[in-house]
Amino acid sequence: MKTRPNYLAGIGAFMWLAIVAVPLYVMLSATFQTRAEFGDNGPLSLPASFTLQNYVDAVSSGFGLYFLNTVIVTAGVVGIVLLLVPPLSYAIVRSQSRAASAIFRLFLLGLAIPAQAVIVPVFYLINTVGLYDNLLGVILPTAAFALPICTIILSGTMRDITPELYEAMAMDGATPARAFLRLVLPLSKGGLSTIAVFSALQAWNGFLFPLILTQSESTRVVTLGLFNFQTQFGINIPGLLAAVTLSMVPVLLVYLFARRALVQGLMGAGGK
Amino acid sequence: MTTTLAPRRRPARPGGTNEVRPAGRGGSSVGRPGFVWALPASIFFALFALVPLLAVAVLSFTSWSGLGDPKFVGLKNWEALFDDPVMLQSLWLSLLFIVLGIVTQTPLSILLGVWAAGNQRNRAILSAIYFVPLLLSSAAISVLWRALLDPNFGIPGQLSWLFGDGNVLGTQTGAIAVLIFVGMWQFTPFHTLIYQGAARQIPSVLYQAASIDGAGTVRQFFSITLPQLKNSIVTSVILMVVGGLTTFETVLILTNGGPGTSTTITAFHMYQEAFRRFDFGTGSAIALVLVVISTAISFAVVRLSGYDKMRSSLEGL
Repeated sequence: MKTRPNYLAGIGAFMWLAIVAVPLYVMLSATFQTRAEFGDNGPLSLPASFTLQNYVDAVSSGFGLYFLNTVIVTAGVVGIVLLLVPPLSYAIVRSQSRAASAIFRLFLLGLAIPAQAVIVPVFYLINTVGLYDNLLGVILPTAAFALPICTIILSGTMRDITPELYEAMAMDGATPARAFLRLVLPLSKGGLSTIAVFSALQAWNGFLFPLILTQSESTRVVTLGLFNFQTQFGINIPGLLAAVTLSMVPVLLVYLFARRALVQGLMGAGGK
Repeated sequence: MTTTLAPRRRPARPGGTNEVRPAGRGGSSVGRPGFVWALPASIFFALFALVPLLAVAVLSFTSWSGLGDPKFVGLKNWEALFDDPVMLQSLWLSLLFIVLGIVTQTPLSILLGVWAAGNQRNRAILSAIYFVPLLLSSAAISVLWRALLDPNFGIPGQLSWLFGDGNVLGTQTGAIAVLIFVGMWQFTPFHTLIYQGAARQIPSVLYQAASIDGAGTVRQFFSITLPQLKNSIVTSVILMVVGGLTTFETVLILTNGGPGTSTTITAFHMYQEAFRRFDFGTGSAIALVLVVISTAISFAVVRLSGYDKMRSSLEGL
């Protein structure tokens, strides 16, 4: 390792810290000021008073419901991902059939498909099956687009299980299903939590599918709620920023407690 | 983190071909799952991604307003697209966004990534803060910056020496600059992460040898670090190209494609044609253009870097 400090990079790193942190600080400080004070003093001033009114406003203008909807979408997406990806990765890593390797290539290719590219047919499909303006209609395509990256992440974890362990299971006469339940799943816990956290992040932050596939207030998710707030009361900046802050809290909590899983997922997302 | 960062030198082949045992070491196919295990996920993915991809090609030859059934109209949408000045402009704008994104983010994220790869404790804490923008939704980020840049109540009003009349998003140059800056704010952490992982894998022996030869930090950076990061630079640039091509929320929320059509990039133009003018045929044609361009870029990269290398860099990151 290098022993001499790299001053140039160090200075750059601290400047970048300011660029990242100052807007977040301005956001937080604005949410605790009254609208009048924020308007008078400007965003860069230090707050002189303290109020929680902006958060009350944000919640009372429907944000609670949006949160609930987003939680439902996120839970649905994570559920589907955890149901579908482990057997797929197991087949990719262990099956000897040509079909399994073709499927893996297909999912690699799937990484390159942008959601925008297929949004019109997906809209048509969801309309046809009667799921328009239904949270399930958001969950299904969101989960489908989380599959490629989750498959690549989990297959990577499952490859680290040594062949000797499988052989020991096979020696005992274990079926593939038994090996999957008793050996593969317990040894892939790290990968499973990574794909759970990562697909949750994608669902929580999703915007395009809810924008196109939902319409009414009762199915609105948080990201759409923010967009709507902006056009609706864009002039009440502290209230708007309180809503933005609320939308970030769950993700930041997960980051605090599951940082490793999140960062691993993001690094795996190198293909996205 | 160390396990995922470990280089995967062995060719990782799907289908378990790398796990075939030498003859005589026990039945290799005993207890192996059939490809049936892969079917549920594959069918699900095909339904929402692969079939729509084919359908978008079909829809681009139809006229459909969202009601009733699509009607076949031949090449009409495509002819209209070639005559559409906004479409042509949107392609140039997308190119401009991609180039400016690469130029602003690459040097910064290399510098930060290499710096963050050091073992010092303060660097770990700082990098934890760096990654925060990466976790936030594009919607939240765009709404945040739109509020911060509000002409009346935002930062420009307070720093008029820097922002002039304060209506930053009111001119094309200003709007493009804001979109590029917000893109940088949001995505530099991601590319930093790529370079941080890659820089950690550079053998320290190289630096020790260079030190003995009397090379300084700057010299070491240009003669060792940069060449060693070559593969990561390729990966990162590709992701910027694909990401730039599909930027959507930021444009919708920050500029709504404007002023006028001056920030209407191709992905946003597609959204407008399909979901604001309810011309789903033209929207599908534009979507197909996006697919073709991003696939062409992906193939170009696969040809440049080699398929297996590409795959192992995806896994090993």
